[in-house]
Amino acid sequence: MARTLKLRIWRGNDEDGALQDVTVEGNNGEVVLDIIHRVQATQMGDLAVRWNCKAGKCGSCSMEINGKPRLACMTQISAYGDDEVITITPLRAFPVIKDLVTDVSFNYKKALEVRAYEHPVDLKPGEARMEQVDVERSQEFRKCIECFLCQDTCHVIRDHEENKKSFAGPRFFIRIAELDMHPLDTLRNRKQTAQSEHGLGMCNITKCCTEVCPEHIRITDNAIIPMKERVVDVKYDPLRWLGSVIRKRDGIL
Amino acid sequence: MTANIERHKYDIVVIGAGGAGLRAAVEAREAGLTVAIVCKSLFGKAHTVMAEGGAAASMGNVNDKDNWMVHFRDTMRGGKFLNHYRMAELHAKEAPDRIWELETWGALFDRTKEGKISQRNFGGHEYPRLAHVGDRTGLELIRTMQQRIVALQQIDARETGSPETNIRVFAEVTITEILNENGKVAGAYGYRRENGAEVLFEAPAVVIATGGVGKTFKITSNSWEGTGDGHALALKAGANLVDMEFLQFHPTGMVWPLSVKGILVTESVRGEGGILTNSLGERFMFKYIPDVFKNQYADNEAEADRWYIDQDNNRRPPELLPRDEVARAINSEVKAGRGTEHGGVFLDVSKRLSAEIIKKRLPSMWHQFYELAGVDITKEAMEVGPTCHYVMGGVEVNPDTAAAVGVEGLFAAGEVAGGMHGSNRLGGNSLTDLLVFGRRAGMGAVAYVKSHGVNPVSDSTIEKAATRIAAPFTREGGENAYSLHQELQEITHNLVGIIRTRVELMEAIEKIADIRQRSANISVTGDRMFNPGFHLAFDLDNMLLVAESTAKSALLREESRGGHTRDDFPGMNPTWRQVNHISSFDGANVNIKVQALPALPKELFDLFDVHELEKYMTPQEIAKGGSN
Amino acid sequence: MGSNPTPSARFTRPSWACVRFHPWKVVPYLALTGLWHETSPMAIDTPGNGVFSEGRAKLSARTLRTDKWWLTPFVTFVVLFSFIVYATFRAFENGKYFAQPLISPFYSPCLSTDCVKDSPSFVGTIFGTYHIFGMTVSPSLFILIFPLAFRLTCYYYRKAYYRSFWMSPPACAVAEPHAKYTGETRAPLILQNGHRYAFYAGLVLNVFLSIDAIGAFRNEKGQWGHMSIGTLVLLANATFLWLYSLSCHTCRHTIGGRLRNFSKHPVRYKLWTWVSVLNHKHQNFAWISLFGVALADLYVRQVSGHSIRNLYFF
Repeated sequence: MARTLKLRIWRGNDEDGALQDVTVEGNNGEVVLDIIHRVQATQMGDLAVRWNCKAGKCGSCSMEINGKPRLACMTQISAYGDDEVITITPLRAFPVIKDLVTDVSFNYKKALEVRAYEHPVDLKPGEARMEQVDVERSQEFRKCIECFLCQDTCHVIRDHEENKKSFAGPRFFIRIAELDMHPLDTLRNRKQTAQSEHGLGMCNITKCCTEVCPEHIRITDNAIIPMKERVVDVKYDPLRWLGSVIRKRDGIL
Repeated sequence: MTANIERHKYDIVVIGAGGAGLRAAVEAREAGLTVAIVCKSLFGKAHTVMAEGGAAASMGNVNDKDNWMVHFRDTMRGGKFLNHYRMAELHAKEAPDRIWELETWGALFDRTKEGKISQRNFGGHEYPRLAHVGDRTGLELIRTMQQRIVALQQIDARETGSPETNIRVFAEVTITEILNENGKVAGAYGYRRENGAEVLFEAPAVVIATGGVGKTFKITSNSWEGTGDGHALALKAGANLVDMEFLQFHPTGMVWPLSVKGILVTESVRGEGGILTNSLGERFMFKYIPDVFKNQYADNEAEADRWYIDQDNNRRPPELLPRDEVARAINSEVKAGRGTEHGGVFLDVSKRLSAEIIKKRLPSMWHQFYELAGVDITKEAMEVGPTCHYVMGGVEVNPDTAAAVGVEGLFAAGEVAGGMHGSNRLGGNSLTDLLVFGRRAGMGAVAYVKSHGVNPVSDSTIEKAATRIAAPFTREGGENAYSLHQELQEITHNLVGIIRTRVELMEAIEKIADIRQRSANISVTGDRMFNPGFHLAFDLDNMLLVAESTAKSALLREESRGGHTRDDFPGMNPTWRQVNHISSFDGANVNIKVQALPALPKELFDLFDVHELEKYMTPQEIAKGGSN
Repeated sequence: MGSNPTPSARFTRPSWACVRFHPWKVVPYLALTGLWHETSPMAIDTPGNGVFSEGRAKLSARTLRTDKWWLTPFVTFVVLFSFIVYATFRAFENGKYFAQPLISPFYSPCLSTDCVKDSPSFVGTIFGTYHIFGMTVSPSLFILIFPLAFRLTCYYYRKAYYRSFWMSPPACAVAEPHAKYTGETRAPLILQNGHRYAFYAGLVLNVFLSIDAIGAFRNEKGQWGHMSIGTLVLLANATFLWLYSLSCHTCRHTIGGRLRNFSKHPVRYKLWTWVSVLNHKHQNFAWISLFGVALADLYVRQVSGHSIRNLYFF
């Protein structure tokens, strides 16, 4: 099962860098991260790579393998042919620090901008009652492991640095959707701010975020599009606006 | 040189951003103090995410017979009565509040029909007790805590203009030293992993919440972070470690394929009906039910199978025995030649449940093995064997305040703290351990800071810490950290692993000492920019101290109990139950001292059936009937 | 690579040869779109933009993908473009859309006198006959505007044409050729938010097409109780259009997605779960119904033009 793998690993820092060819042994059943570790231990002692659980649960080893944003721990080498060169680069939407490690602080800044969950003040700990069907939608979004592959692949910021100011990105659209669909959250303006502060309107639903999500969260269909529809409810649909004025009800019909 | 380093002043520094560290930070911030959270990884990546099964708390949502006393009894039984009773008591009493509190911060646990938090069965717990979210409970917990921190930062941003006024996360920073002045904590020193730049934290209180030591071993479920940093930092700062011989080898780690070697198969796979078989196809667990558990576990397949339908009138299947029993059973089967070709046994859930139900109840298990290794658990059996999972031993603390014994201003919570789990931890108890004692460590640190105030750091202390960081770069042609680490892992795996003997332990102690000596001469290639070889040099130092402490404690304990199995002393011995092994560090060596375990007070003693206690305690202890 | 400015002083763009990118695969695509290559006036080459921004890993390739990422947008482009050509031709043809009892979906509901007597979905010549510059306006134009709006604002088709026509982006992790991007925040794209109204209109149209399908259970003389290939064609067309409409995201939202607590609305929750199942297949229904409507029209056209005979089963 042992085979020889041809890798091209990007090495460098924020100023300069290039792809470097490496040949290394591997076994089918191993993942790209195993191979990177072997390179590190035998040939490039100072090759920088970020990783943690090596089980697809923490979302640390995000990188681009043959141009696709992926988790290195979830990319099996058996997927690549014997003659194939495997090109490994850091995420290309974020500033690089060194080798395969990028500065993902953008995402933590955006996390700070999404208003946190607000629990009903009169509901004491232990008194909350929620039905399973009511929490399931939000639970899907809470599966997110924050690997930021969706953020990396999203062309809104990948291809347009200037949009980073005004665009939260798919990871935070699912966070907003999670809270807007949370049965108990009391903050009522999430739909409005999704559009006005977090740049939901910038998304043109080309679904790359869904394609790269290692947790298979249906980001576009279950979070972004429903949020866009909810925004229409409160901002663009004259009939619903009229209805809400007349009935003064929220969240129903 | 001390003039140029990055300096920060905080009331409290929390080392580690897992469940315990974040809970401590929240507590401190809510009490109005300033907190720095320092972690080796990115924020939100801590090993807590790996916890799958759930968080044990006797809320009684599924079975209303459950209460803290039952939970306390289960915890003590699981730990073979070597637990610090007060920690087990606090844990059992406070766990439900800590879970409910998470809900007020936005956590979304799975629900019962009445809309309460659903609870599931787990090994060693008498009633369904584990609050869970599918099989990603740890992720839910850490994300909730992370979002709670963000919520507090948002409040600060609104009130002060900056989110980092009171609470700031220093991600990807390694702490190499806890700074002492006049025998009291004065701060912490470390470097940024990104570029090797040194950072000084001046703080009168430090909370250690660094998690485990798994990377000391060859096969482990722990990530690279589990290098025993907190254990070693505490030792070097003058604190003690308690009972470091007790390590939990999770009975069911994947042994094959390679890409998932060491990764855990959660106990819920067995809870949902997974059975263990050897290479002959025998369901072997029935042969390994210890006498103390005869009344709770079924001794035949028919009854075990009925339990899944009717839990009130049948005994549990033996696959749900406490972890150490299952680990030992698997080990025996493999040693007797009835294991798989990769040295494990089969765990199969596909025969009992439909593919659809497996995917619904164990989504991330299915997903993980299918994606990581191409194994479909709805169709085929998994190959599993023991993997180093959790360390019961840890920093000796005051149960109520989580203050480390021996150094003022130092606190420890979570896996890095010892005592709570005795000789063996029950599944599900660790997540609530993080919350209960994370909060208590936060409270303890707050009280300490309020009464003691600032303890300034002297330049000479800083210089000493800085010299140590620079040292690996000043040597040339020295030892390679990677190969020393590998050597250490071979030694611990072969000689201090799941089954131990006197001869092997003595050999291990000698070899570990040899590596420690050689490690003083480690040299590092490259520069300080995100250099993993450089990082490993410091991690290795910590692992060596931990390994020494474990090997020496294990040599002393001449019995088999929980996570410590001596081939030359196979039985449990009540006199050994009366003592803890306390490790301390004199600057050169780890020394072990024997210390009496606090006896159960009468009101807790009386919670048990005396006949049950007779299995663990000496007749004198029974006659005394508790300590007061 | 000619006249492009060098992105930054430090960083010069190496030749295509050194990256895993195969120009010959892209050629047919480029020929059709003309937007892609660096030599295109629309290509990003402003220093410091996108993946070539300051601070990001220095790599010259727009993408390092080695798979056939260009294939899907290419095929999408060809098929959609072909449909547009065909539909435009048919919309202006203003003929061969009725052959008792079949009416083309492009011309239903029937607005012209040509099918007054017999069309099941005849709503009358409400628009009369319009003339612009002396030319008769095809009644199809009044009808097609609605499905066009529905499909144009459809969440699936948006993805399809943003990728294949506008290349924003052409495929995931493939740098797009635009220097600026504002998404759906401004006119005209902000009108995408009106999707639900197009959806309602589409539903009305589906009703007419269903009536047409039922009416196809007649013979050429208008007698009921007969069935032909044409019946099947119109039935299939109506069915796929319903599936396409009901599986749509705005339908999913309206039927229950906008609710906060499903448990308080069990019926709508049930409907939502059904629509959600369909919604998984929305893309498939979008394509099948598109082919369906074109083929149904083609069939009616051929029958109407006597090129083929509508074969009756009974």
